[in-house]
Amino acid sequence: MTPLDTQSAPASEAPRPGGMSTFLANLLDVPRSLYDSIVRHGPPTSDRTKSQTVVSNFFLHVLPAHIHVDSLKFWATCGLGIVTGVLFGLLCVTGILLMVYYKPSVAEAYDSVKDIVFVVPTGRFMRNIHRWAAHAMVAFVILHMARVFYTSAYKAPRQFNWLIGMVLFVLTLGMSFTGYLLPWDQLAYWAITIGANIAQSPRELTDALGVTSWLDVGGMQKELLLGAHYVGQEALIRFYVLHVMVLPLATCIVLGAHMWRVRKDGGLARPEKPVPAVPPPVSVKELPASTRSWGLMAVVKGQSPHVGAEMEDTVPAYPGALYAIAALSMLTVAASLVLGYLFDAPLKELAAPTVPENPAKAPWYFLGLQELVSYSAFMGGVGIPGIVVLGLGLIPYLDREREDAGVWFSGRRGRTVAVASALFAVAWTVLQLWFTVRFGWLRNWYPEIPQLAITILNPGTVIVAVFALWSIATVQLTRSTRLGAIALFTCFLVSFAILTYFATVHRGPNWDFYWWPSMWPRH
Amino acid sequence: MPGRLEPEPIPRRDFLGLAAVWSAVAAFFAAAIGSLRLPMPAVFPESNSKVKLGPPDAFRPGTQTHLPEQKLWVVHDEGGLYALSTVCTHLGCIAGKEKSGEFRCPCHGSVFSKEGKVLGGPAPKALGRLALSLAPDGQLVCDTMTAVDPATRLKV
Repeated sequence: MTPLDTQSAPASEAPRPGGMSTFLANLLDVPRSLYDSIVRHGPPTSDRTKSQTVVSNFFLHVLPAHIHVDSLKFWATCGLGIVTGVLFGLLCVTGILLMVYYKPSVAEAYDSVKDIVFVVPTGRFMRNIHRWAAHAMVAFVILHMARVFYTSAYKAPRQFNWLIGMVLFVLTLGMSFTGYLLPWDQLAYWAITIGANIAQSPRELTDALGVTSWLDVGGMQKELLLGAHYVGQEALIRFYVLHVMVLPLATCIVLGAHMWRVRKDGGLARPEKPVPAVPPPVSVKELPASTRSWGLMAVVKGQSPHVGAEMEDTVPAYPGALYAIAALSMLTVAASLVLGYLFDAPLKELAAPTVPENPAKAPWYFLGLQELVSYSAFMGGVGIPGIVVLGLGLIPYLDREREDAGVWFSGRRGRTVAVASALFAVAWTVLQLWFTVRFGWLRNWYPEIPQLAITILNPGTVIVAVFALWSIATVQLTRSTRLGAIALFTCFLVSFAILTYFATVHRGPNWDFYWWPSMWPRH
Repeated sequence: MPGRLEPEPIPRRDFLGLAAVWSAVAAFFAAAIGSLRLPMPAVFPESNSKVKLGPPDAFRPGTQTHLPEQKLWVVHDEGGLYALSTVCTHLGCIAGKEKSGEFRCPCHGSVFSKEGKVLGGPAPKALGRLALSLAPDGQLVCDTMTAVDPATRLKV
């Protein structure tokens, strides 16, 4: 046979390259070759391919290839950050669906929301989910922050990520606040009127100092927010742009940085395992010449994070962490669906600019602030929240004790301080509220007193000052800034909860005290 | 010897580099502030703040008239007419008149006297007095954006 024959003979049986049969074979092969072009590794059965599953997938590579077994335990994180993130995703999806029908104009906003509730298929359901998921997101952001605080997860090298978390906290509140106006009902209108006037409340201070005519910070803030001197069309479109575009986009970017930083700061905070003692470095000169080839390694001092027994305690993130996240996501979505199915989001009467709601209450997470605002607009709405945000941000830079990252309450002493502070905060807040309701405050006793005195000295500032003193005393007594921080954080958290409860249940028409809402006078 | 007291002069190349970087930073912030100028309204969407309230004879001496649309009370006392705004000076809710004649704000419980003075609650100052005048056609006009001294009266 000639060499030419040996080549041509098999070709007559196999499909000719480029022919129709190759095309058909490729066509039949499309599903498999498409899959192979997406996933370039084998099934996740070995340690190596499990790592590849995570690392080579854009959506999964937010996870590390390996994760410490302790980080997967429930009490390491309680899954709070994941739940918050899932709620944000759910809010984006339901929010985009609502945007399809919502019309941000004063004339049509209320009617379009009514359409969503009564006409649009699944509209009421989607709106309910959006509402309850938004409330839940605020709650879980706060819980997540408390978890990070109490497990010392803000300590070096994680200080900056705590600050990024603070930004996300403020963005979450911003999204809730701007979304509150959009239904254009009585609840929305008056809550935003109050909110916008809180933005204007620095005037209380500048008026008292007599400098408003040339430095009107409050007025500028209100004009920037509302685009007018009242809540109207300009305000609605501004809040809409902030709510559906500016704030969610900022949240996406900052959330990305937040999660990236968790990885870069060494993964989730967890208690350090006792490190096996390192043998003292061997001097190369003491060794016989024949063993000197490994002498260089022997003289390396200290430990790299990758040296030691840590690797033994890690597992591939696939499937452990992934399944945990998937389960939490399903649970979160399921809970939101159940809430949305069972409970309708409130929709009151059309906004009436001349008839305020009585009482006009903000959403629950702002009610604690509203109670403080009922003492002094500037202090309750700007001053004290500013002090709290500043104080929270400073925590990791003031408390630099290095031990105990990942341990709840930093151990037994911290738990004692937390319990004592919680009891103290309950006692003081209840006492302060009782006193204020029973006896009034400076304005009731001395009607002519200058406003500056009330701005500086009111029940809200008294509570803040007492908690600050309590925390300083804790630092003095225990010689530990960490315990002082626990004392302060616990006081504020407990007091926030009590004020929120008090304003929700015990404040009625004209912001008067009532034991129960059933005792409110009927009009 | 360069030291803390006699620092080494900064090399020209470094100086130019730093100057370029800080110029870029300054330009960025100037642009950011410039962009914020846009949402600061130059013209407000409000309609004319002056509203006609009808002929002054409608407000007889010794009466107090509630005008809910304008959020004010027109009071005619011994001195003459004055307009009392019901917009609470605390956070902008509308204070309602109680049977006792006092004003109470539904939002945070501020209490004002018949004349608008603060009696209790968080309000930092008295209810506003608004400028009253007579239009050429003889009607009473209230400028809802102009506050006047509490002693001001319009004699009719």
